[in-house]
Parts: sequence; C-alpha cells; structure tokens
Amino acid sequence: MSNSAIVRIKDLNVQSGNTAILKNINVEIPRNKITVILGPSGCGKTTLLKSLNRLTDLQPHLKISGSIFIDDEDILQVTDGLTRIRQKMGLLSQKPYPLPMSIYKNIAFGLKIQGVSDKKIINDSVERYLAEVGLWDEVKDRLHSPASRLSIGQQQRLCLARGLAVHPEIILADEPTSALDPISSKKIEEKFIALRDDFTVIVVTHILRQAKRLADNVIFMYYGEIVEQGPPEQLFEHPVSPILKDYLNTGH
Amino acid sequence: MKKRSIEEQFFLWLMRFTTASIIMVLSGLLFVIFKKGYHAMSWAMISEEPQGGFYLGAGGGILNAILGSVYLSVGAIILAILVGLPVALAMNVHMVRYKIWVTVIRFLLDTLWGVPSIVYGAFAFGIMVYFHLRASLLAGIITVALLIVPIITRAFDEALRTIPNGLLETTYAIGGTRSEASFVIFFRQALPGLITAVLLALCRGIGDAASVLFTAGYTDHVPQRLTDPTATLPLAIFFQLSSPIPEVKERAYAATLVLTIIILVISILSRIAGRRFKKYVL
Repeated sequence: MSNSAIVRIKDLNVQSGNTAILKNINVEIPRNKITVILGPSGCGKTTLLKSLNRLTDLQPHLKISGSIFIDDEDILQVTDGLTRIRQKMGLLSQKPYPLPMSIYKNIAFGLKIQGVSDKKIINDSVERYLAEVGLWDEVKDRLHSPASRLSIGQQQRLCLARGLAVHPEIILADEPTSALDPISSKKIEEKFIALRDDFTVIVVTHILRQAKRLADNVIFMYYGEIVEQGPPEQLFEHPVSPILKDYLNTGH
Repeated sequence: MKKRSIEEQFFLWLMRFTTASIIMVLSGLLFVIFKKGYHAMSWAMISEEPQGGFYLGAGGGILNAILGSVYLSVGAIILAILVGLPVALAMNVHMVRYKIWVTVIRFLLDTLWGVPSIVYGAFAFGIMVYFHLRASLLAGIITVALLIVPIITRAFDEALRTIPNGLLETTYAIGGTRSEASFVIFFRQALPGLITAVLLALCRGIGDAASVLFTAGYTDHVPQRLTDPTATLPLAIFFQLSSPIPEVKERAYAATLVLTIIILVISILSRIAGRRFKKYVL
C-alpha cells in the first residue's frame, strides 16, 4: 500500500482567516507517476502543492490541519529536520528563481548544503544534471557566468537541474511552463515524461492540453475541493461531475 | 489635445527647473568651498599635526582631524554593520512569520533615525559621566555607531525587502537552512543595495559633529590608542570657522574641502564595488 502511494493526504484543511482555501483534501499520489493537479485559477492548487513541502510555513495567516504522509511520515508533525524533508522534493515555481550566483554554483550550492565537498563529485554532478535538462551544450563554455544572464527558458531548466542534483524523490512543479516560450515548455514537458521512471512528478497546471499530454493520474480541483481524481482516460473521457464536464467543454 | 500638450510642457519644464536647481546648489557649494579653501590648501595642511598657535594662524595642518575622522567612521561603520546586518536579515528571513514584530521594529528604527545626533551625543555623554569615563576615540566610535545603526539597518532592510518571496521558497526547497538563506542567498542578492547602505551611513557618520562633540573630545594629536581623545573634521571646521582670524577661517574651508573629497572618493569606490557584484543579481 505505502509502496504504491508516496504521498497520502488525510483530511487536509487550510484556512486563511475565515475563508477555507483547502477543504477536506483526501488523496493519494502514486509513486513514479506524473500526477497533474488541474483546476481553474484560485482553486487552491498552489497551496496544496506548497503544503507538501511546508512552504506554507512562510505564510503565518494560514491555518493547517490534517495530515500529509510522505514515505509514511507525517510531515505536518515534524518540528525537526524540516530541511531533510524538503530535500526529498525539488521545486519548480511559475517563474524561475536561479540563485544569485554563477550557473555552476547554482547546482553546486544544493550539493554543498548536503555536505558534499569533493570537487570531483560536484564537477561531475554539474555536468551530468545540466546535460540531463539539455542545458550542458548551451552553457558549458560559460559555467561561471551569472545565472541571471540566461534566458527565462534556460533559467527554468537550470532550476530543474538544480532540483535534480540533490536527489529528490518528488518533483513539485507549480505551473512550470506558464512563463516560458513554446519550445522551452516542450523541453520541460519532455523532461518530466523522461523523469517519470525515477521520480514522482506532481504538476500544477491550468492548461487542459498540458494535463492531457502529461498525466498518468489527474486530480481535478474546484474552489478548494477535490472534485474528481483518477486516471486521465477516466476523467477526460467519462467525467462524472457537472463541474468537470463543463470545464472540459469550455477549457476553463 | 491642446490641454494635454500644455500639461506636458509644464511638467517638462518643471522637471528641468528642479533638476537644474539641484545641480546648481551642488556646484555652487563645491565652488564656494573650493574658492575659499584652496588658498589654504597645502601639503602641510593634510600631512602635519597642528603646531602651537595653529588656531591663531601658526603653521601645521589638520592631519589629526583627518585621521581622527577616518578612524572614527571606519570603527563606527564596522560596529554598525555587525549589529545592523544580522538584524536586517533576521527581519526579512527569520521573522517572516511574525510580521507584526517586524513592523514594530521598523517603526522603532525609523524613530531612531529621526533622533537628532546631539541627543545621541548627550545620551552617550551621560553614560560616560556615570562610569567616570573620559572622552576617547572608543567612546566616539560607539556613539557614532549608535547614530548610524538605525540608518544602516533600515537601509539594509529596504534592500532586502525588494527580494522576491520566491527566492526564499526556492532556497528552502533545495534544503537550505535559514542561515544559509540569509547569509548566502539574501546577502548576495542584496549586495549592491547593502553597499549603498554602508555608504549612506558612512557619509552620515564621518560628517556628524554633534555626536562627537562631547564623546570623542578634541586633541592636536593623532590618536594612538582607543582610549585617546581624537579630533574630527567636522569639529576642526567648526572651531576654525568660529575664529575671527581670516587665515584660520580659510583653513576651515580647506578642511571642508578635504572632508568633501573623502566623501566623494568613498562614493566612487563603493559605486565601483557595487557594479562588480551586480552582475549576479537576478
């Protein structure tokens, strides 16, 4: 049971003041699959994603209850070792945030945090993970120039490489292609599909077509609630709820 | 259409006028200082301590005040950075969950920024009297540091506030701790702003007379120890300018010229340093 589901969310409620952002979320996210969280803007997708690695902690007005089990450990109860849990997850945000340092150091930073100090291992990792996201050939001659000089699409791939370099189990992606051009978007999507064998990928999106291209498993959310979940064939071909039917028809 | 073009012309000329007036004030200031001061400028002026009867027109220079001011402001700025940087980083990284406290701290710092420097001087003097301490370089450094801590902290704070929230989330998501987020990521990202803040505080510190009036004392010698009293440029200017002797007055302008040049050099150096680090900023 725990082998197939890497994340299990039980009765998760998130409140901001008197408004509920997430209501009674109960869901399991399967290991080594791409799970797409789909839904219109402002339905709580991002909040759900961020509660998975406790970035919701940064927003003091959020009240969280329930439990989130990752590898059978309730991360909402953890007080110590939060960084260890966060290192299990790589994050891609809507807008890429490379660290204010060189391309090389962007990858090396995460490794150094984990205590890797061997220059050779770091050099190898930098090359390996930059190659993995298809960036190595583009940047190998300017590894020590600032990451901020890269294009947005390259920056997003650099962020993905940075996330992969610290050996996460889960990739969290919050509308990772919304700021990107079509070609960069395509590269990121292809990357996700290739990563599926080794990682669990959770993608938040409001683009229906992207969801159809990527998903092994779909969670459809509407106003803080999970309306339907399941394999894409079932949800997209035979939607049960009127809200999802409507969404599939109009595309928003 | 006509109304809009009149409006456009009006604001265009208004901007030209205000810009020109700022430049005129600045160049007028520099011109007066230079014109009145350059007669008294000489190598001796900046390389010698005052000789006996200096304040009556005898020979010597203001090396005591130049070095005194440099020691004092450098000491104060180091002290202020040691206090201000951790506070500003804590406000922006460690205390993100406690917004109300950050607001309170900001308000207090803003209030302290507005306190006149003579009040800091009187406050420090009061403490010195209580502990039976005499005016010294160290007391001056501490007083000036007190004066510029609110300035430097708030300026650091403003530089750090512009950093997007996503960068903090990203750092945590890689597994960074709060100190790594502060001292590695936020520090680098804000570095150009931090340098500007240091410059702002340094110029305020080096040019302030009231806070050192009671605390640093005045002497004709370059201080050798932290417990020695020290002269400062603002006080050297003040004492000489209040003299009825024209030659001594002229020297006050020469001292002003030296102070202005020091500030100019610091500004240029920090701009260059800021540009060097700016390339890594997002």
